[in-house]
Amino acid sequence: MADYQPVRTKVKSGKPKKRFMSEERKDALAAYLYISPFFIIFSVFSIFPIFFSFYLGLQRWNGLGSMEYVGLRNFRLIYEDPMFWKSIYNTFVIALMGTLPQLFVAFLLAFALNSTLIKFKNFFRISFFMPNVTSIVAVAIVFGTLFTNSETGLVNLVLSYFNISPINWGTNEWGLKVAIASMVFWRWVGYNTIIYLAGMQSIPNELYEAAKIDGANLRQQITYITLPLLKPVIIFTVFVSTIGSLQLFTEPLVFLGRTMREEGITMVLYLYREAFVNNAFGTASAAAITLFFIIIVFTTINLLIANRLGNSK
Amino acid sequence: MDNAQQKTKARKNLFSKILTYLLLFSGAFLSLFPFYWMFVIATNPNHVVNRLPPAMIPGDHLVINFLNVLSNINFFGAMFNSFIVSTAITFSVLFLSSLAGYAFAKLKFKGKNVLFVFILVTMMIPPQLGLIPSYLIITKLGWISDLRAIIVPGMVSAFGIFWMRQYIKEAIPDELIEAAKIDGCSRFRIYWMIVIPLILPAFATLGIITYMNVWNDFMWPLIILKDESVHTIQVALRLLNDAYVRDYGMIMSGTFWATIPLVIIFLIFNKFFIDSLTKGAVKS
Repeated sequence: MADYQPVRTKVKSGKPKKRFMSEERKDALAAYLYISPFFIIFSVFSIFPIFFSFYLGLQRWNGLGSMEYVGLRNFRLIYEDPMFWKSIYNTFVIALMGTLPQLFVAFLLAFALNSTLIKFKNFFRISFFMPNVTSIVAVAIVFGTLFTNSETGLVNLVLSYFNISPINWGTNEWGLKVAIASMVFWRWVGYNTIIYLAGMQSIPNELYEAAKIDGANLRQQITYITLPLLKPVIIFTVFVSTIGSLQLFTEPLVFLGRTMREEGITMVLYLYREAFVNNAFGTASAAAITLFFIIIVFTTINLLIANRLGNSK
Repeated sequence: MDNAQQKTKARKNLFSKILTYLLLFSGAFLSLFPFYWMFVIATNPNHVVNRLPPAMIPGDHLVINFLNVLSNINFFGAMFNSFIVSTAITFSVLFLSSLAGYAFAKLKFKGKNVLFVFILVTMMIPPQLGLIPSYLIITKLGWISDLRAIIVPGMVSAFGIFWMRQYIKEAIPDELIEAAKIDGCSRFRIYWMIVIPLILPAFATLGIITYMNVWNDFMWPLIILKDESVHTIQVALRLLNDAYVRDYGMIMSGTFWATIPLVIIFLIFNKFFIDSLTKGAVKS
């Protein structure tokens, strides 16, 4: 602010032609000042680290001694590590199990909420959304007590009524994934319901009325009115939730506890373990870079599909 | 015949109505049950988790379990740390984002578009990419186990700037700014006296989003805050959960009491919360 205090006095002193700072320059100076905090802090804590990651990926380093340049050895090391591939596989499987059913159910719930004569609408909205204000750590702890290995665990008990024998949620290949995916499901289904609901509410009711007069049944109304008009919103939610679930970390970490079993390890958990448990900062950086490219490729594919779908209509 | 047709139609309507309510109520039940379960376990002795049938009504261990929590982790200290960090970051993000958003929306300067696009692009980069070097920087600064390591990197937000710029662009007419300039207002005075009063709704939305994100953040605090005295509540809960002797009553008690303040605030301001948290998503 102090920078242009003198300027104002100059303007006031009635020598407009000689003032050394025009309105444009004042604008620019103020603007640079106002955006500089972002760029300073962001450079130090985000941009520099990103580039330094690529450097670290080529070093061998335990975090304490001196670094040693090893070329692409770190990448070879993790690509030869079956656990690394396992973590990628796990991440994609859990992401798929956590998001697709979730978005489907969210759509159904939103559609039900959007029908005209429903009572307690606000109660439903609030209940559906409440899981989203819970922290992921809390969700993982609570689900940890629901998905226990013993036959008296609540989920196993419910399954036993359907004649399904108890599952070792903490160790079983699929059990672990289902447990983790259901945490994602629970925390986000209401959030997406509200987003879909907002989208559905912007579809004029006359469209449905007209379709009904033409004899369209519920299914036809959904496929020819709701889905096409909701497409941008659906694409958006698919996009956000898949990218989000590629970065799964807290749920598996808390649920796996000290064991860090490979059945539930995700890409980010692998990275974390390399860096902060094994003190292998080089391979951890190589994993971070690989993760980055996987997300980029995945995002691009997502965008391409979205564009294609968007154009086909 | 007409009558019969009407009857089947009415029956069909009733059927679909029942189905709709069934869907909605089971959705609500599954959403709310874990909260109730949390409370039940938090008020019962440890062994009821493995009892058959499992406990379904609250017990009388409410106080004992919580006292156990207090003897295992610094619960109130951790809540306070979370409060400090979330509050500091929220105020900083609101101030710096609106200031930068104002610059991008209303001031003319060279490189404006390029810099703004740059900010948008940074939002796409997964934060894990720079995680390890960030950790090294914090180590070099001597900020391990220091709340500054959480607060300072969180003080600015690309999303915040984007959000504020969109809002300021729409909410404040250029003429207003020009008029103030002619009256001799400095740029900062315009921001302080004219822009801020007009963007309070955007403050509220961004504030909620930021506060919730910081309060629930886990990975970065887990890595940085090694000393128990600086743990945020999320890190403290994880510590409680990882204790060698698993006392479920105690673990759930800690989780319950850490969750309930936010839930109560959410219930009071539910409409505002839901609008804020989803609006940010839909707009971008």
